[in-house]
Amino acid sequence: MPALLEISHVSKRFGGVAANVDISFDVQQGEILGLIGPNGAGKTSLFNSIAGEVTPDSGEIRLDGVKLSGLGPVACAQRGVARTFQVVRSFDSMTVLENVMVGAFAKHASSTAAMKAAVDVLEFCGLSPRMDRPAWSLSPPEKRRLEVARALATEPRVLLLDEMLTGLTPTEAQSGVQLIRDVQARGITIVMVEHVMEIVLPLVGRAVVLNLGQVLTIGTPAEIVKNPDVIRAYLGDRYAA
Amino acid sequence: MDNAILRRRKREVLGGVIVLAALALLPLPIKDVYTQNLIIITVLFAGLAQAWNILGGYCGQISLGHALYFGVGGYVSTLLYLKAGLPPSLGLFAAFGVSGMLALLVGWPCFRLSGHYYAIATVVVGEIGYLLFLNWDFVGGATGVFIPFHGESWAQLQFKTAKLPYHYVVLAFAAATWLTAFLLEGSRWGFAWRAVKDDVTAARSLGVNIFSSKMAAAALSGGFTGMGGAIYAQYVGYIDPDSVLAGHFSILIALPAVLGGVSTLWGPLIGAAVLMPASELSRSYLGGSGRGVDLMLYGGLIVIGALARPQGLVSLFGRKDDHARIA
Repeated sequence: MPALLEISHVSKRFGGVAANVDISFDVQQGEILGLIGPNGAGKTSLFNSIAGEVTPDSGEIRLDGVKLSGLGPVACAQRGVARTFQVVRSFDSMTVLENVMVGAFAKHASSTAAMKAAVDVLEFCGLSPRMDRPAWSLSPPEKRRLEVARALATEPRVLLLDEMLTGLTPTEAQSGVQLIRDVQARGITIVMVEHVMEIVLPLVGRAVVLNLGQVLTIGTPAEIVKNPDVIRAYLGDRYAA
Repeated sequence: MDNAILRRRKREVLGGVIVLAALALLPLPIKDVYTQNLIIITVLFAGLAQAWNILGGYCGQISLGHALYFGVGGYVSTLLYLKAGLPPSLGLFAAFGVSGMLALLVGWPCFRLSGHYYAIATVVVGEIGYLLFLNWDFVGGATGVFIPFHGESWAQLQFKTAKLPYHYVVLAFAAATWLTAFLLEGSRWGFAWRAVKDDVTAARSLGVNIFSSKMAAAALSGGFTGMGGAIYAQYVGYIDPDSVLAGHFSILIALPAVLGGVSTLWGPLIGAAVLMPASELSRSYLGGSGRGVDLMLYGGLIVIGALARPQGLVSLFGRKDDHARIA
């Protein structure tokens, strides 16, 4: 079966810094793929390339065989790539429902249809009681949920989660994990960036480990925790077996 | 479905009908021409400020060059009347079209800038328009254009001494801008504009096309401003670059919306209802001194209003479930 999302030979430099060097991997339909690595490994840069926010210097990103790279974030969103942001970007002059409606308008032209879709998504994300509240008044974990809801309202095929679970208390993180599983159960493919391994590894089927802009290894969580290169990248040479 | 958005929109419709009825009845008992004139100017500027609000409020693109659309609208209907015989009642739609197109033309380069840089660019474009008209003989140059009086007529939008017909013309104009803002606020465009205003990056990631959203807001905003300019020209009967294109008109158009509350339906009207009488009364009672006391008072009022209610005077009337709109 061909992959849903293909990243092939993607490189991106910012001035003298090579953020991504020749990165290639596939994402299968319906899987949760983790994108992990230490700070500065190039995770968010790659994310921005997939979401169309930046254009790779070389290489290609394809969704269902159709080239996405270079089309820009609007076209990527319309073709089914939705994302959340590492630093939450809610529309603070709007209510929670209005925030999600902005996403829903990507698929619905009429406001009645967009509102109905947004209400359904809020129900799914457990934010219904907060529907009429201004977005700025939400707690940090609720804001993360709002970002997921907004992204889901665009009816994506691939959802990119940028450190959605980072900085949450264990209980909050647990309910975040449940939400991600529920999203997967809807048939939506997920790529998630995290740098906290113990959160991400139990959740994902496979993970791509980036280090210094390059792919260090790709494998199941069990393979990754045993990989000496990964241990070296995270903990230093002293701990490498 | 029941939620704050639907409840609010129901209230807005009710409020709209009540205010429209009140404004339609307001001038009937008033016989004093000075007060009639003041009401007409207030309602006209409520409409102009609402037009500005579409771009500057909902879409968050602060334009300080709206005098250009206002002035060009006035010139378009006037020149079409004088040189081609088109009745100004139709000419104001031509003014809408030309000013709307002009706003697109200005937006094309200027929307590549954002924030303060965009605002500065609009100031410059407005000044360019003023200087062009000042030196362009075909449009009367610095002398301006008189609109000859051909007898009372709705088609020509000319009325000898009666103010009442003009009142209903400006009221129809203001109501049209309000209705447009109301309909757009609940539509895909309105949501896109507010998203663009709040966070461009997030809006893009949700499939909102930033540039075309801004262009659509600019076209509507510029178009309605041009229409208001055409009505104003017809009302005063004489225009020259200083009376319709000068930079201070850009401020006069934006100020009621800013003071009353941007990206709200009622802010522009409330702002105009406070500012226009304040400016008029301070001028008529204190203006003759030559010491500028009227402007100090007027300016002081704006400063106090802005300090006390940074979200606009409309927030005085805010309801609990409206927090998100005002915040």
